[in-house]
Amino acid sequence: MSENSALKAKLGIDVFKPGKVAHIKIKPGREKDARLQAAILLCPAGLYRANEKGEVTLTTDGCLECGTCLVACGIEVLDWNYPEGGTGVQYRYG
Amino acid sequence: MEKFDVIIVGAGLAGLGCAYTLAGKGLDVLVLERGDYPGSKNASGGRLYINPIRNLFPELWDKAPLERHIVHESITMMARERSLAMDYTGDELRREPHQSYSLLRSKFDRWLAEQVETNGTMLMCKVKVNGVLKENNQIVGVIAGGDELLADVVIACDGVLSFVAEKAGLRTSRTAHDYAVGIKEVITLEPTLINERFHLEGNEGAARLYVGDITSGKFGGGFIYTNKESISLGIVIGIEDMGTDHSAAEAPALFDAFKQRREIADLIKGGTTVEYAAHLIAEGGYNAIGNLYGNGILLAGDAAGLALNIGFTVRGMEYALASGYYAAQTVLKAKESGDYSSKSLSLYKTLLEESFVLKDFLSFRESPAVVSNPRFFNYYPEMIGNILQDIYNVPTGTKEKLYATMRKHLSVRDMWGFLKDLRRITRI
Repeated sequence: MSENSALKAKLGIDVFKPGKVAHIKIKPGREKDARLQAAILLCPAGLYRANEKGEVTLTTDGCLECGTCLVACGIEVLDWNYPEGGTGVQYRYG
Repeated sequence: MEKFDVIIVGAGLAGLGCAYTLAGKGLDVLVLERGDYPGSKNASGGRLYINPIRNLFPELWDKAPLERHIVHESITMMARERSLAMDYTGDELRREPHQSYSLLRSKFDRWLAEQVETNGTMLMCKVKVNGVLKENNQIVGVIAGGDELLADVVIACDGVLSFVAEKAGLRTSRTAHDYAVGIKEVITLEPTLINERFHLEGNEGAARLYVGDITSGKFGGGFIYTNKESISLGIVIGIEDMGTDHSAAEAPALFDAFKQRREIADLIKGGTTVEYAAHLIAEGGYNAIGNLYGNGILLAGDAAGLALNIGFTVRGMEYALASGYYAAQTVLKAKESGDYSSKSLSLYKTLLEESFVLKDFLSFRESPAVVSNPRFFNYYPEMIGNILQDIYNVPTGTKEKLYATMRKHLSVRDMWGFLKDLRRITRI
């Protein structure tokens, strides 16, 4: 199993309740911001990826809502909110 | 419009500790929680120290769903290819009342919330607070799920990111330097196997901290806590240190590398991972604590930055429960006078200062600087590992004298550096 699919499998064990909208967004025009490199390195769910053009993309499925990316990148780069009540990750052990 | 005496945002340990203390005192208290149930958004390493909070919540501990009382405390220095473990155990750790327990937050928080609800407090889950209501520079309620809910006082217990504190103007920015991220797997394992592997009997538990190669020599470490039928295995990574090192492996890969270390793999063999969690940890200590109160608002728990790492112990949950308790005492006092201004609520800070909470933070104010010394994460584990390797090695020929062996790894410059580090350590 590749590293990424192993991580996906691990996230697959968690309980997630889907929300209607992405709760974290990279602000328009900030896709190449250097600060996003920290999010690629640190996101426990591996949700930040760089494409061939050097732009960073984000998918919020599997987000553990830890806030690491917000602290690492800041509000100039990310539009960061918790998911709506009753959605997102629901820990059964914690 | 609905009006409450108190709105508590977040049903974690601070919020529930506050609600529990306020229950039965004749106040209308509303607890709002964004998760499906209390604990559903919470993750911790998992250990609670009872002594400082035992008497604040005297009835709780007999029935609380705690996992195991900790009788083995260990620290392991992990070099790249070897490690050195130090294990402390003692009769004092086996005697009741036990000083600390492993726990799992979903179970514990849910149970504590039940105790709170039994006492007549209203708890609403699946409700996210989107903002605060201000009137004449006073917080007078919250906006939640499109509704405006009024209260004499709002208690922000919404965790380490605390958007409530931010929206109330009590927090300005978050600096990466003051935070780490904890990543954890809960791995189920037969209790008999847990006992065998960790040298435990019955409901005894073990806590292990790891420092060194786990975080590629950067600030952070690893941990294990044994639960009744599972093991909490995790790593903690300093955000500033790791986020700026582009040669470092990604956090999930660091976690897996730690998990695959022989020292760890042997302990979890045959176990099944049942959850993968991540949570932010405040590492800034006393100097990172900002405002704790304002007009009509108090901050408690992680929202107030109340987490403290002093190397051997990493604590947050007692501070959350205790700050919730003192927030409740402050509210009860304010209720008597009907004054919820910042001046009246400043009692909260006084109570925290007189308690173990801010006393601990003050006496360990130098701790964040000391425990983040990069030499602990690379230099010392490697050096000590190398010395041990040579000391234990029996070569084909003659064995070198012990002192000479050690000196090979310890130049005058090394020893001078060691003394300097030691001097820094004396500050905590």
